[in-house]
Amino acid sequence: MTKIALTVNGSHCEADVEPRLLLAYFLRDELDLKGTNVGCDTTSCGACTVLLDGESVKSCTVLAVQADGCAVTTVEGLAQGDELHPVQQAFHERHALQCGYCTPGFVMATVSLLKENPNPSEAEIRDGLEGNLCRCTGYHNIVLAVQAAARAGA
Amino acid sequence: MSAAANGCSVACLSILGNRVLRKEDPRFLRGEGRYVENLPLEGALAVTFVRSLLAHANIVGIDATAAEALPNVQVITAADMDLGPFGPPPFPGLNPGMGHPLIAVDRVRFVGDIVAIVISDDRATGADAAELVSVDYDPLPALVSPHDAAKDEVLLFPDAGTNLATRTGSPEHDEKLFDGCDVVVSGTLVSQRMAPCPLEPRSAAAELGPDGRITAWLSTQTPHQDRMVLAGTLGLDPAQVRVVAPDVGGGFGAKMLNVEEVLVAWLARRLDRPVRWTETRSESMVALPHGRAQRLDFTLGGTKDGKVLAYRLESLQDAGAYPVLGAFLPNLTGLMASGVYAIPRIEFEGRSVVTNTTPISAFRGAGRPEAAQTIERALDVFAAELGMDPAEVRRRNFIPKDAFPYATVTHAVYDSGDYAGALELALRSVGYDDLRDEQRRRRAEGGATQLGIGISTYVEITNGIDETEFGEVEVTPDGGAIVRTGSFSHGQGHETTFAMIAADRLGMPVENVTVHKGDTDEVAKGTGTYGSKSTQIGGAAARLAADKVVEQAKQLAADYLEASPDDIVLDPALGRLHVAGDPAIALSWADLAARASADERLAELKAEHEFKSAPSFPFGAHVAVVEVDTETGRVELLRLVAVDDAGTLINPLIAEGQVHGGVATGVAQALYESFVYDDDGNPLTATFVGYAFPSAADLPSWEAVEMETPTPLNALGAKGIGESGTIGATPAVHNAVVDALAPFGVRNVDLPANGENVWRALQEAKA
Repeated sequence: MTKIALTVNGSHCEADVEPRLLLAYFLRDELDLKGTNVGCDTTSCGACTVLLDGESVKSCTVLAVQADGCAVTTVEGLAQGDELHPVQQAFHERHALQCGYCTPGFVMATVSLLKENPNPSEAEIRDGLEGNLCRCTGYHNIVLAVQAAARAGA
Repeated sequence: MSAAANGCSVACLSILGNRVLRKEDPRFLRGEGRYVENLPLEGALAVTFVRSLLAHANIVGIDATAAEALPNVQVITAADMDLGPFGPPPFPGLNPGMGHPLIAVDRVRFVGDIVAIVISDDRATGADAAELVSVDYDPLPALVSPHDAAKDEVLLFPDAGTNLATRTGSPEHDEKLFDGCDVVVSGTLVSQRMAPCPLEPRSAAAELGPDGRITAWLSTQTPHQDRMVLAGTLGLDPAQVRVVAPDVGGGFGAKMLNVEEVLVAWLARRLDRPVRWTETRSESMVALPHGRAQRLDFTLGGTKDGKVLAYRLESLQDAGAYPVLGAFLPNLTGLMASGVYAIPRIEFEGRSVVTNTTPISAFRGAGRPEAAQTIERALDVFAAELGMDPAEVRRRNFIPKDAFPYATVTHAVYDSGDYAGALELALRSVGYDDLRDEQRRRRAEGGATQLGIGISTYVEITNGIDETEFGEVEVTPDGGAIVRTGSFSHGQGHETTFAMIAADRLGMPVENVTVHKGDTDEVAKGTGTYGSKSTQIGGAAARLAADKVVEQAKQLAADYLEASPDDIVLDPALGRLHVAGDPAIALSWADLAARASADERLAELKAEHEFKSAPSFPFGAHVAVVEVDTETGRVELLRLVAVDDAGTLINPLIAEGQVHGGVATGVAQALYESFVYDDDGNPLTATFVGYAFPSAADLPSWEAVEMETPTPLNALGAKGIGESGTIGATPAVHNAVVDALAPFGVRNVDLPANGENVWRALQEAKA
């Protein structure tokens, strides 16, 4: 077991973890943050995307021990009380989610994308979200939501 | 969004047809989805399946010693199993000798067949232990091609004596079928095997209660049907089984009760401990049933002025290792063979054979895409032979708008449609004539990148087997309402659509109506969701239950207002009951519910309804525009205009979302995805790295065009919308790619029409 200390959604936490434990399962099973979904085992689908020191990572491909000393933001850390984050709000208003399973990953990836590029073109949005897969929406409304969130200054 | 925000004044009578934002969104956006893997289940043991790595083999022995040496690990094999084989489902004509042993007995039949089960305290230990279970196999020849399987030289089920799971139609050929035809064309279309890929892999958990009842939490589309099958398989009375489908992360036809869910429930009883299994993606890619996998040979004949006279279609369905729903799908393909055309003579034969591959079940479209893909390809081949525009050939063969209800020669009775109208709308929307001009210009210039334009006009069948759905509406003490539906939602937005339907009848704000589903203890009965039938039967049932509640409310209000029930009216805009002509003295739903609660009469504000309907036939027209690099074979989809007519739309926002997702899957089949095995039955595409699931970067935005032709079959006027986009898109894109290559002598490109297959078609045409 290895001792780690990190900040998750603004709260400090310490834990003893197996060296092989993935960050996704650390968040889900140790911290009970079930919003980070796991959709594949090959770093392909992006459902488990979180922010690690502000940058999007696929938490199924980061070991918990690699997050030692870092700040992690999960989908649970976005909304301010009753008020959804502008990206969450845009996904709601543009009907950019159906079954909801890929949604936390898309929302986190979008937060990261808009931080790097506040006014992306449609092509830049599509390329920027290439690492996230959705089977329900055909991506159309996700692109609209990202554009709306960009306009809202997310 | 409120009615006012949609431009409605207070006088606006109905919320139906408005783009109401989804009530279920917030929990998913906040990461609070209640998927089975997320549910707290104190002390649950982890279930890990040990799966066959060989496609076809005899099992010589299993050594679990090393696995069981790990802490708290138990290994269960077929020797421990006290239940018989699962299935096959009771479809008429399906060979009953092809059941699926829950744990493989003596023989494995596909890569992914379960040979043993590891029980452990946690998933990581389970994964370690599963790798330590040593299975000694004696390999058998693997049947990968259904064509080879049909020869019956190697048998998957020796006792059955054949690999033929079922057949439909007639093997007899009418020698005169094509008499009178000036032109006869033929070809083969392989509607390739696809993996459904819901983003949530399956998860199942089960617990035995102190009363001996078993509760199973399943990632499924069909909780009520699962309960009955589970009870039957476990030898229990259905009253002893509760199935709960909480949030389910997509299904697309594939998530119905399978061996894994039965095993999880069986284990909870056997171990008397809560258990949970969650599929890995790599496991899901081989264990969750696949879709399509049909080879279709077609011959189509007609006159030289473009009138189709005869069509022969032969389908060979790869059913996979154990026949389930997929084996039955050629029935739907045959039923829908005629498409949107009035074809006087049709011959159909369908055969389903078992192979050493993942079983085939329903996948978005399920039997109808195969029919549409083939007739739409055949029409284009016919048009090319005649030198006629594909749009014009279609116009000359459409079933006319005034011919409904219309019975095809394959015995489908289409309820309503306007096929020519859909095509003209799609052609106008895409700017067809300008595109053909642009194509001519590019062809004359002779550049490497050529333009292709593809058309499909389709009809499909939803609620295909005349099903019934259950709905219940109950007014709550605060004057809101609960809708309980036997339909299920795994992304379709029923919590919003069904709330709108009830709110409209009750005259309540949609915010005050809550939809409950998925728990067999709470919802008395149901069939679940598949075949795009939810709104037309489940929604209609909810509406009729709401109407009963209104009638009962009038009785109650009459008592309180000291009037005759016949004189009471509901003001739907305000949600108030009053004596006709005297709105000043009125009872709101909150007033009525409060008084009824105090008087213990609230039960009078509850009603249920079961609604049964014949199938409806959504239709549409899609036009795809592609660019093809004729040197490398690279295809880029530039545009896809989709006219999908599903009757009256309850919530156009949600309906459009269904079209978008459906179209993406149709395009995925046309251009990208194919589940592939090598000659020994090893899957080559069993991860998201190997399987070409398209991302946002691979697809354009969609141009969905609304068209609404109400069905007379239900009071909502609604047909199904879940699968239409998929059915329409594949042939449009497929035809567009072939169209781009027409000047090179290419008459067909195998699906998926990706760079490799386009390049091969070009080389063959040059040879």
